[in-house]
Amino acid sequence: MPEAHQIDINHVAKLARLTLSDEEAARYESQLDGILTYIDTLTRYDLDGVEPTAHAMPVYDVLRADEPRPGFTQEQALSNAPKRIADQIQIPQMIE
Amino acid sequence: MLASSTIAALRKGITAGEITPRDIVLDVAKSIEAGNAEIGAYLSWDVEAALAEADRADITKPLGGIPIAVKDNMNVTGQPCTCGSRILAENYTAPYDAGAIQKLRAGGAIPFGRLNMDEFAMGSSTENSALGVTRNPRDLSRVPGGSSGGSAAAVAGDLAVAALGSDTGGSIRQPAALCGCVGIKPTYGRVSRYGLVAFASSLDQIGPVTKTVEDSALLLNHLCGYDAHDSTSLNIEVPDFTATLGQDIKGLRIGLPKEYYIDGIHAGVSACVQAAIRQLESLGAIIEEISLPHTELGVATYYVLAPAEASANLARFDGVRYGHRSSSAGNLLEQYTKSRSEGFGPEVKRRILLGTYMLSSGYYDAYYIRAQKARTLIRNDFTEAFKKVDVIISPTSPTPAHKLGELKDNPLAAYLEDVFTIPVNLAGLPGISLPCGSVELEGKALPVGLQIVGKALDEATVLRVAHAYEQSR
Repeated sequence: MPEAHQIDINHVAKLARLTLSDEEAARYESQLDGILTYIDTLTRYDLDGVEPTAHAMPVYDVLRADEPRPGFTQEQALSNAPKRIADQIQIPQMIE
Repeated sequence: MLASSTIAALRKGITAGEITPRDIVLDVAKSIEAGNAEIGAYLSWDVEAALAEADRADITKPLGGIPIAVKDNMNVTGQPCTCGSRILAENYTAPYDAGAIQKLRAGGAIPFGRLNMDEFAMGSSTENSALGVTRNPRDLSRVPGGSSGGSAAAVAGDLAVAALGSDTGGSIRQPAALCGCVGIKPTYGRVSRYGLVAFASSLDQIGPVTKTVEDSALLLNHLCGYDAHDSTSLNIEVPDFTATLGQDIKGLRIGLPKEYYIDGIHAGVSACVQAAIRQLESLGAIIEEISLPHTELGVATYYVLAPAEASANLARFDGVRYGHRSSSAGNLLEQYTKSRSEGFGPEVKRRILLGTYMLSSGYYDAYYIRAQKARTLIRNDFTEAFKKVDVIISPTSPTPAHKLGELKDNPLAAYLEDVFTIPVNLAGLPGISLPCGSVELEGKALPVGLQIVGKALDEATVLRVAHAYEQSR
């Protein structure tokens, strides 16, 4: 892990699909640097050979029978859509 | 005042024919209308819908006719579910019941009222809510804790009989401690997460916030259980959690982690917890010092894993299917970025950025995998400790409630307050917070919480110890 955190905050924001004002970008960059410096506590311990834990109570291979079952009606599924047209969700044009 | 009563007492009254579910809903509604302007625990409440449910409640069921207030991140059919965020505040109405709500309804309870919270449960003070301020009923100049601050403030302020919260790094236990009520986070997998808006999926767990330990046990009986809609739900038997209440704790072994007695614990908090330990000893428990050597890693591990999981979970808010959609977007990419940037508040953006950075190419191994390895060490610490003791005790929070605004511009300081609660989520264990006294500050008695942590799936022992202590005070 590098000593100083070279965060390209605008690149990270682009990946996260957020737009930041210059003021926000400067503030987040400095705050994230402080938090990442604290997170560097993790580098003080030797973690080689330790198995990673994704879940504390792991449950494996949860499958259900591949059978039809009740689900949302079309109306329920569309009930919160910001824009609808012809029983579908409407979005801005994406193909020229 | 029925709203200030307990589930157990109200159920006796209903069964004896002295009160009806309608009486209780009306009384709780009256309390909300009288007190919510000051406390700000609720974001919304629908009295008519609750009365309709009260009138058809099956009072023969164990929770029959009891209104339960719900943190605003759990879906209840026909109700809002804002998560304390502008992104869900305008146009979202839940089209289904969360798994935990289905179970509560099956027990006869009535979900009534939506409780304020830190936006998407990110925070420890409820100040990160975009939709309103919640105040601590014990001192209105102070925060209620968070993220389930509305849940704890409603219960402690007698604006609810009991409530549901969710806990990712302490979000049930810490506000319960700061407001002076009882809150339990069950073992990970005990309660379905279906319909709980996800923050960090490997850590989130729903649990009760109540006035007494008995009420927590009663609610847990109807919250726990397998749900095929949640692939992390545990398909195991749910015991009657009230069965062990009242049993003594003679010979029970209580561990005190030496790493937890750190600088930075408020002297008054420390004194309350020491007194509680002596009290438990006088009830016959055996107190032993134990070691959780990787405690120092807890907060750092959490602030990798939780933001990483959150950044992925919150990708679903794109303005397409539900939630806020920007009115000024010219194309699809702009619709994503503008909807998200307008809809999310500062703390949520901060954590999404942090999580996105740590999951990005070149940093994934250095942060995410490293934190998952640290999580193993933290979990192993508890496994070793529980070979020697039955439960582990600590303060819930190192300090009593802060003033509103006190930690506003110092996110890292706020994160460090979660030092005692976070490791419990990382290890997936059950933990309760219950009142153990108060600290006198500026003429107000600020509650202090005692945290009791148990072995995985051993909520029964946690509740038994908590109940024995509560009844002895």
